Amino acid sequence: MTGITSENLKGTTYDVARIREDFPILRREVNGHPLVYLDNAASAQKPQVVIDTLDEYYREHNANVHRGLHTLSEEATTAYEEGREVSRRFINAGSLEEVIFVRGTTEGINLVAQSYGRTHLQRGDEVLITYMEHHSNIVPWQIVCEQTGATLKVCPIDEHGQLVWESFEALVGARTKIVAFAHISNALGTINPVRRMVEKAHEVGAVTVIDGAQAAPHLRIDVQALDCDFYTFSGHKMFAPTGVGVLYGKKHLLEAMPPWQGGGDMIKTVSFERTVYNALPYKFEAGTPIIAGVIGMAAAMRYLEEVGLDRIAAYEAELLEYGTRRLQEIPGLRLIGTASQKAGVLSFVMDVAHPHDIGTILSHEGVAVRTGHHCAQPLMDFFQVPATVRASLALYNDRDDLDALVRGLEKVRRLFA
Amino acid sequence: MCAGTIEPRHLYRDLILDHGRRPRNLGRLQRPSHRAEGDNPVCGDRLTLFLRLEDEVIREIGLEVRACAICTASASMMSELVKGGAKTEALECASAFKALMAGQEPATHLGDLLSLSAVRQFPSRIKCAELAWHALEAALAGSKSMVTTEEVGS
Ligand SMILES: Cc1ncc(COP(=O)(O)O)c(C=O)c1O
Repeated sequence: MTGITSENLKGTTYDVARIREDFPILRREVNGHPLVYLDNAASAQKPQVVIDTLDEYYREHNANVHRGLHTLSEEATTAYEEGREVSRRFINAGSLEEVIFVRGTTEGINLVAQSYGRTHLQRGDEVLITYMEHHSNIVPWQIVCEQTGATLKVCPIDEHGQLVWESFEALVGARTKIVAFAHISNALGTINPVRRMVEKAHEVGAVTVIDGAQAAPHLRIDVQALDCDFYTFSGHKMFAPTGVGVLYGKKHLLEAMPPWQGGGDMIKTVSFERTVYNALPYKFEAGTPIIAGVIGMAAAMRYLEEVGLDRIAAYEAELLEYGTRRLQEIPGLRLIGTASQKAGVLSFVMDVAHPHDIGTILSHEGVAVRTGHHCAQPLMDFFQVPATVRASLALYNDRDDLDALVRGLEKVRRLFA
Repeated sequence: MCAGTIEPRHLYRDLILDHGRRPRNLGRLQRPSHRAEGDNPVCGDRLTLFLRLEDEVIREIGLEVRACAICTASASMMSELVKGGAKTEALECASAFKALMAGQEPATHLGDLLSLSAVRQFPSRIKCAELAWHALEAALAGSKSMVTTEEVGS
């Protein structure tokens, strides 16, 4: 399925105006203002090509996969399995068997915790996470620790929101069995030194789980170069539909893991005495899979490859620098998360107003940001703030969006100061 | 959606901004007979309400609040309204305030709190305005537990 409209994106300059045309929702008005969408870390908007792909799938090909002999089922199966190849390429996995479709990051982490964690952890073992994790990379580990008697350890961060490397090194020890961490923090934007973290974990034979929810829309992922054991992300944050995501796992680990859910598609033969599980990756895809979601996600991945993830990362870095500079000019504004390696997240508080009041004023101006704890309550406690305002960038944002944000914040100051 | 047509100035009237900046009856009581905490984890509003009742009358009221302007103003105005009144009257005010937030005619005189009626147009903010009232009801019910506006956030 083709239909990429951004023909001229292949040049060297990054034409954000052309990219904006690919996202129909950006033409919308909100409260009498053009929409300024800066809540991308929560969920990103969809390009026309993704919308068209879904539309075409439902109009032309819809059927269940892997079971019908009829034409529609074959077409749906082909498109679904093509989605697996596109996903494999997107993260540079070694084989298709290592690419499992899940509902999203949360399900990917829970799958690893329950299938791998539950069978490998024992009393006395340790699971190591970091202070900047999203709740979805905390709670599944708490649950499996409870079930197995293992202990959850948390690596501290510094006042910039960066991992304290010495502490990380000290915490990775003989008892460490699983090390789970975000590639990029959703609340702070910190890019973790994931390659080094994996290396360190491997020194003690621990298995690594990377939460890539915030990385997939912003930078090129290469699971083989990272050498991580598991990597997971959500489609909806990378311009794909909701309800679909990817879990990558190394083949030898996945093979040894018990299935997580039982049902159709994940079995080879079933009798009441004995069930033979299907081969990878189907062993972990019980029930009718996320067919339309996978096909839509593949369209989003192709779109990102077409634009070029390296160019996206470079453009966003420049935009982040501009936004940081503009926000720092606002009196009484404190940025939360000032790591030297950072992706497009501007999290902040202001002395004159609570984040929630700021969010209401901005919304009135058509500016969509997130206010709250960003599913990272321990992090809010660490910075001693009740919540933050978070503006998060995507490939279609431009300087005008950030200028609109700043104008909105000036209004906040006028109203509340 | 409905928030669009109404100016933030309408929501953040001077009276509300004033109570938001300088909440009345601030501080914990030495010997409260009742207390309750309120928590809105999604937006980070947090308050503790202290009451000293004597013969079913609210003699003293104290607030600790770390919250948005709407929540703080509502708590502050509430403290002024119910202080010195009977417990039953305070509970009537709580019902009346919730009715106001639900778009109904409040059965009891709410005084300055009527200035919060514009919150109705900002559905995501109604729970901010109601938090102190939930805490008041919990405190008067003698419940020591925390009241919360939310189940989950994402
Ligand atoms: C860093 C991070 N991890 C995990 C998640 C959970 O993703 P999902 O809700 O799509 O499963 C998110 C999304 O909010 C996130 O930002």
